[in-house]
Amino acid sequence: MKTKAGILSKTTKNDLITYGMVIFAYIVVRVLVSTGHVSSLIQGLLVPFCTYAIVAIALNLTVGILGELSLGHAGFMCVGAFASAVFSLAFKETMPAGPRFFLALLIGAVSAAVIGFLVGIPVLRLKGDYLAIVTLAFGEIIKNIINALYLGVDSKGVHFTMKDALALNIEEDGLVLIKGAQGVTGTPHDSNFTVGVVLVLVTLFIVLNFIHSRTGRAVMSIRDNRIAAESVGINVTKYKLIAFTLSASLAGVAGVLYAHNLSTLNALPKNFGYNMSILILVFVVLGGIGNIRGSIIAAVLLTLLPEVLRALSDYRMLIYAIVLIAMMIFNWSPNAIFFRKRIKQRLTAGRKAKEEE
Amino acid sequence: MKKKMLSLVLAGAMTAALLSGCGSDAADGGSSTGTETNVTDNTDSADNTGAADNTGATAAGGTFKIGGIGPLTGGAAVYGNAAKNGSQIAVDEINAAGGINGMTVELNFQDDELDAEKSVNAYNALKDWGAQVLDGCVTSGCSVAVSEWTYQDKMFQLTPSGSAVECVQYDNAFRICFSDPNQGIASAQYIGEHGLASSIAIIYDSSDIYSSGIYEKFAQEAANQPFEIVATGAFTADNKTDFSVQLQQAKDAGADLVFLPIYYTEASLILTQAADMGFDVQFFGCDGLDGILGVENFDASLAEGVMLLTPFAADATDDLTVSFVTEYNNRFGETPNQFAADGYDTIYTIKAAAEKAGITADMSNEEICAALSQAMTEITVDGLTGDGITWDASGEPSKAPKAVVIKGGVYTAM
Repeated sequence: MKTKAGILSKTTKNDLITYGMVIFAYIVVRVLVSTGHVSSLIQGLLVPFCTYAIVAIALNLTVGILGELSLGHAGFMCVGAFASAVFSLAFKETMPAGPRFFLALLIGAVSAAVIGFLVGIPVLRLKGDYLAIVTLAFGEIIKNIINALYLGVDSKGVHFTMKDALALNIEEDGLVLIKGAQGVTGTPHDSNFTVGVVLVLVTLFIVLNFIHSRTGRAVMSIRDNRIAAESVGINVTKYKLIAFTLSASLAGVAGVLYAHNLSTLNALPKNFGYNMSILILVFVVLGGIGNIRGSIIAAVLLTLLPEVLRALSDYRMLIYAIVLIAMMIFNWSPNAIFFRKRIKQRLTAGRKAKEEE
Repeated sequence: MKKKMLSLVLAGAMTAALLSGCGSDAADGGSSTGTETNVTDNTDSADNTGAADNTGATAAGGTFKIGGIGPLTGGAAVYGNAAKNGSQIAVDEINAAGGINGMTVELNFQDDELDAEKSVNAYNALKDWGAQVLDGCVTSGCSVAVSEWTYQDKMFQLTPSGSAVECVQYDNAFRICFSDPNQGIASAQYIGEHGLASSIAIIYDSSDIYSSGIYEKFAQEAANQPFEIVATGAFTADNKTDFSVQLQQAKDAGADLVFLPIYYTEASLILTQAADMGFDVQFFGCDGLDGILGVENFDASLAEGVMLLTPFAADATDDLTVSFVTEYNNRFGETPNQFAADGYDTIYTIKAAAEKAGITADMSNEEICAALSQAMTEITVDGLTGDGITWDASGEPSKAPKAVVIKGGVYTAM
């Protein structure tokens, strides 16, 4: 065992810790649930944990590895959610749950990737703040288009309009899939914790391997020095687009998980607006930009926090904000980092001294 | 050094908050006798014990736990808080009068931030608290999402104001308010039967579920009515301050009545802007317009002659409404809107059904759900939002919409 650990490189070890953490958390939760030690509140939160962990990992790919600030990831999540929900609703009666959900996942991922690719073409010509603002705008556009969209299906085929539900002209026995602002209602409840954790692991596998691949190194070289990267012949636009599209498609997967956990899906500012995009960014920043494991932990913590504060009633959101500020300071203020290091040093020094005695 | 101390203290506070949160969860898990009470509940439970002491018998009946869900923070907080306050008044009245079947009623109202996902979380939190029936959700989308779970868990659900059709699709769910289609059809029929207009313009919020739901059914029903829709102007939540385009469109089309299936905030702007452009026309709305006279900085004389179909008018003179409005004013310092009335009626409907079914505190949620769902179809409730309200198994209430017109600054029955 010792020799094997010696062969593994530092990054591989680090990655294994991340996988191990997710699997360990899954086993612990499963055991606790089966022995009845988990409240309904936490049980209900298990799928959202996975959803937000995936979207945080996805955004970390853009922010941490590609080095560009995107404020539109809720938009990609929205695309994935709606595309897959429409599919699942249309085939609710005619397909068994397993293959249907698998196809829904693919559809969500591919549709978000396509939109991510299209958005990426103009957006990735920009840099820094400009890019952030344009992605923000795209996220809002996606949300508003979906809010104005009416889609139905009957024996004559698919009907589509941007006007109102009457303009769909659908037959009596037809099925309205997207009803404008009323969104999609009646999505089958296919998400569960096991599926969520598997998707987190798959996302981790894709992202971590991407980072350590040739493509990933090329993307990181663009992040670190664009001119130097270009001068050694790296196609900047291509690699940027690859990373951005991958990130969008993973956000779409999170959207699929989200949509199949609730029976109603509306594109509200609350769940797919820029507030959400910023919340995802908060997960990434709190967990550490470029730190995939940190993103997962931060996403879970910050999803859990407002819920466990329910007992505080009206002061809940206030306390949530204060705790968020405190966490940011504790994690990222230079003084706090220095302080933590010193404590660590003192502890290790104390231990060493004891051992010497 | 000071900075370090500060960050240390903050970090300490954070961990403490986290740990205490987790701790209470761990304690609550498994058992349903959670001790979580929120700030408002503390005063209520004080009231409850007071009531119990007075009557003596209530303590023996145990407590009946009603969970409530609605948006208490964010843009829709006004609706959630109104429903919460209305429900609370009803709960306090019932407890003062000896409770339901001798049980003391306890209400725990949780925030869902108008987010379906948060709503399900709130529902799970209420389950941990030991809720036996659900008063909620206040909004349609959340209500539909939660009904999926109440149906699975067999918990009785009565939504005060979830008006979308799907809110009551399961047989454990009922509602107090009219459904959106009902309101649209009723409005169209009312206008048609009373010959109020021959050409109608509609201005509605296409990004709002309530508004677009009513609009659709109104437009459908209009085909069977002796009037014609000559103009339709939509707006969305992102541009709801300037309505001159929609009004001009209506004016050019020669509309003699403008139908406003929207909430009163936007309606007050529309009335003001219509007056500014000299567009003198009849306005007709639904229950969302209730409250328009209370809008700040709004010249109430502009609302003169506006007609609306509403189940509740705060200015009504019957004893029940008067005492409710006075009590609400005293406690919360504002005039109740229809959501408050819906919340109040929800609690009294639960009471009526619970008494009919003979619910006791030691029954399981499944038993309560089955008994209440049965009893709901047998009761008749005289509430704030209608006289002689009855329900059928579909969960829809049957009550007559009241049409009122604003005359001399007050709502007057037509």
